[in-house]
Amino acid sequence: MLDTNQIKKDFPILQRKIHGNRLIYLDNAATTQKPKQVINALVDYYQKHNANIHRGIHTLAEEATQMYEDTRVKAANFIKAKSPREIIFVRNTTEAINLVASSWGYNNINKDDVVVTTIMEHHSNFVPWQQLCLKKRARLVILNTDLNFKSKIKRAKLLAITHVSNVLGTINPIKEIIKQVKRINPKCLVLVDGAQAVPRMPVDVSDLGCDFYVFSAHKMLGPTGVGVLYAKEEILSTMPPFLYGGDMIKEVSLTDSEWNYLPHKFEAGTPNIADVIVFGSAIDYLQKIGLEKIFIHEKELTDYTLSRFATIPQIIVYGSGNTTGVISFNLRGIHSHDVAQMLDSEGIAIRSGFHCAMPLHKKLNINASCRVSFYIYNTFGDIDKLILTLRQIIKKFH
Amino acid sequence: MDDIYKEIILDHYKNPRNFGKISQASAYYQVYNAFCGDLIEMYLVIDKQKIKKIRFFGKGCVIAIVSASMLTEHVFGKKTDEINKLGKEDILKMLNIKLTPIRLKCALLSLEVLQSAIDLIK
Repeated sequence: MLDTNQIKKDFPILQRKIHGNRLIYLDNAATTQKPKQVINALVDYYQKHNANIHRGIHTLAEEATQMYEDTRVKAANFIKAKSPREIIFVRNTTEAINLVASSWGYNNINKDDVVVTTIMEHHSNFVPWQQLCLKKRARLVILNTDLNFKSKIKRAKLLAITHVSNVLGTINPIKEIIKQVKRINPKCLVLVDGAQAVPRMPVDVSDLGCDFYVFSAHKMLGPTGVGVLYAKEEILSTMPPFLYGGDMIKEVSLTDSEWNYLPHKFEAGTPNIADVIVFGSAIDYLQKIGLEKIFIHEKELTDYTLSRFATIPQIIVYGSGNTTGVISFNLRGIHSHDVAQMLDSEGIAIRSGFHCAMPLHKKLNINASCRVSFYIYNTFGDIDKLILTLRQIIKKFH
Repeated sequence: MDDIYKEIILDHYKNPRNFGKISQASAYYQVYNAFCGDLIEMYLVIDKQKIKKIRFFGKGCVIAIVSASMLTEHVFGKKTDEINKLGKEDILKMLNIKLTPIRLKCALLSLEVLQSAIDLIK
């Protein structure tokens, strides 16, 4: 276990009382809370360093530019990318995937081409490909949870797959999958949705061998409004820009424009400067703790929760096998919204609904589910309170 | 935990009034709320513009089911004109509980189904 007593002191929001109870925040897959180091960094930026970047000569502009590009380097190191030129800052994971779909996808996917994805994807890694295939009259192949891709990959141009499922918590064996995909079809590119992976385990994109990797800052202690697209430099060089305007150009004439170098080619206009810089503080905070330690912490919480769940006969847990920090479940005979509402009245925040994964819920034949997801500030005590309250809820309904 | 989930509400949930279907209904409508997976169907027998028989069927959260149950009791015997005038405030008064904006959608689902069913007959 991490030293949660010490960690919790860094998170002001955990002092809040909800309906008279201390907040127990178990909705980290939706977004994570922020430590004061991250909050202070935001205030610090606007109080001392605020300026637009990449253009100005004055001191503030130089400072802001340096701080922004420093975060790019931090992000590259965080996922062990070869170069900061392979890190594009966007708004969130969804925007990162849409960038690839509308730039690389639109240019490379044609009629009768094959794009492969899975039934367990978040809508952000499903809908863009579905719509691209509809527009281009290409074929979308959807793998089941067994991920039996071998026969489907031969003619595929892209495999879009999640690293960690935001519903089932399953960790997909990405390195092994990519090895086999490239062996069967070296021309097939692989995009990995790492939104639920990077917060809770070490990720090395060079080791994984993926062509694209995407994630969000706000799910790893960072601010909302910042996401990262990692892509191999040789692929980015061939891709047309996503948005057009300032900063992504080298030169503009009346009739045509010349694009800027990587990564600026894909960052048009004034970016979310403040929050990108603040994201750097979130990366620092996590690396100080260590992603390997965070992974173990989450595993312990997950194992503990599942063992306590096993003592409640009315609980149905979805998914099994290699999982981390995310558990979806239902209480027999009680709608997930009611469970979530009653937990909230005791200060416990969980998620209920489809978790932006309707195809998966339909496949599992469930209407809607409850989801708990952990992070560095959660404790065994949080889970004990969860179990106690679930028992009270069951009593009330039966 | 007791604000919404008080005795009278849970009673309607465990023993919903007028739950079932009508095979020879004058009016029928169905709405599926994809946001939370609630499904409500309304079956009506209307005579001289009055609700002679009413049943609801479906599945959903406590608020959706209880709202439908209470609504069917509330409108039985009433004229369709009167029912078309019902709105958010009437449902909230009927339920007599505090609802957040998201749960309000669950509460209004059955009214939407009922008024749509009546609308179809015109």
